[in-house]
Amino acid sequence: MPSAASTVICMCGIAGLYTKSPALQAQLGEHLARMLEQLSFRGPDSAGVAFYREPAPAGSCKISLCAPHADVDWSSIGAELADAFEGASEPRVRATHALFVVDADAPEVQVWLAAEHPELRLMSAGSAIEIYKEAGRPGDFVRRFDIERIDGSHALGHTRMATESRVTTEHSHPFSTGLDLCLVHNGSLSNHNRLRGKLRREGIQFQTDNDSEVAAGYLTWRLREGASLEQALEGCLSDLDGFYTFAVGSADGFAVLRDPIACKPAVMAETDEWVAIASEYRAIAVLPGAEDAVSWEPEPGRVYSWGTTLVA
Amino acid sequence: MSAPDVTREALSFDLASDSVRELNQRLHETHEPHRVRVLNPAGRHSIAVGIDAPHEVEIDGHVGYYCAGMNKLASVRVHGNCGVGVAENMMSGTVTVEGSASQSAAASARGGLLVVHGDASARCAISLKGADVVVRGAVGHMSAFMAQKGALVVCGDAGEALGDSVYEARLYVRGAVAGLGADCIEKEMRAEHLEQLAQLLERAEIDDVEARDFRRYGSARQLYHFHVENLGSY
Repeated sequence: MPSAASTVICMCGIAGLYTKSPALQAQLGEHLARMLEQLSFRGPDSAGVAFYREPAPAGSCKISLCAPHADVDWSSIGAELADAFEGASEPRVRATHALFVVDADAPEVQVWLAAEHPELRLMSAGSAIEIYKEAGRPGDFVRRFDIERIDGSHALGHTRMATESRVTTEHSHPFSTGLDLCLVHNGSLSNHNRLRGKLRREGIQFQTDNDSEVAAGYLTWRLREGASLEQALEGCLSDLDGFYTFAVGSADGFAVLRDPIACKPAVMAETDEWVAIASEYRAIAVLPGAEDAVSWEPEPGRVYSWGTTLVA
Repeated sequence: MSAPDVTREALSFDLASDSVRELNQRLHETHEPHRVRVLNPAGRHSIAVGIDAPHEVEIDGHVGYYCAGMNKLASVRVHGNCGVGVAENMMSGTVTVEGSASQSAAASARGGLLVVHGDASARCAISLKGADVVVRGAVGHMSAFMAQKGALVVCGDAGEALGDSVYEARLYVRGAVAGLGADCIEKEMRAEHLEQLAQLLERAEIDDVEARDFRRYGSARQLYHFHVENLGSY
């Protein structure tokens, strides 16, 4: 994704917000939307978010789907899911996306969807994650998807300025990297073609020719092989060639890594109420109490994480 | 030049309602020295850039990229942190950061003084061309890369590859140096260097640090002179 031929300043914006209080959880979408607005000039081509909220009951999972065209009958797909498994919720439709809670394990549902509805794109799967993303201006995305009214414990967002691959919904961020995991990226990778081939031989599937999706696939592969999220991120330092600030969301929180040369910006800040990461401080300045927050620039090549655990 | 009279009028800009462009245009059009207060910067970019008059500018909060870039004559003080490129291409005057500065502070700066009371991150004083930079805390990797003229004073530690490909800038570090870049070596601290260092610390209003506790680094002058035996490396 994005960024940079050597003499061109390319961008993309990253935002992440982790709440420490129930009061703030109710306003998570409102705050993330304001952060994205501040970052919209860094990435006017497309935008996306991952929210962590309302964990599905044990034995069931949450599935986010995107329709390739407007006339998809989400209710009938919900009925098919309910028939195929123990049961399924009514679709919760947001613009071109729909969310289902299905009474089955996520991998079973994924296999069924690939066989029965290959036209639908799987955005995310897990117990708490919901991914929404779309080509177009970030402000339009926020309005169309009613982002301001989504609550949750934590969320990541991205605004994209494409330089390395096409501007489509599939090329937008966040990228799912496994159950309840996602990645947003500011930067560009130069060894993504070779690495994509290697990962395909390991059984990792890709939807696009996008370099950031390769980073997401790399994390998926390392986690599948037993690495912790922290170990998988540290592996990026040796296995990925390029520029990056990564933010990785998990069910418990998020982690941040900058490449060792620190080509891409990042600012973090913390108060008693929240922890935030953004490409620029001005996206943090819009948060309540920002003026009294402790803020700092994450060091290059070091994994930072918030949340209870860093496990696969 | 007589001492500027900055007491005659105070200007105030609240960036919650005034635009950065309004602020900068007023600073550019106003040649008489003024005291200027900037409220609610909220991380906005390019605040107080291109000043060409001895204004005294106080900014209450954190700023974004390129704050006080191309500064000439003015004294700019940031009561907060700075984004990328504070005081880049400064020509003269003084820029003071009460907090920390992001990458490329004082990049290519030709004159004047930048003081950072917190830390400065990577590439501090990159391509320095004559300005002086004093950092109370640490600096990140690749600081003083290709620095040609001027001085970088670091009261804390310096990151990897300090002074890579440095020309004639003088580098003074009080703490640990993670590593020296190509053609950068430690050099003898002579009386003239101690004197320069003491003056810079005084100008930076840092009085709890002794010049004798610093080490000096600079160019080995092996890289930027042509040597026929190095032909294969060029």
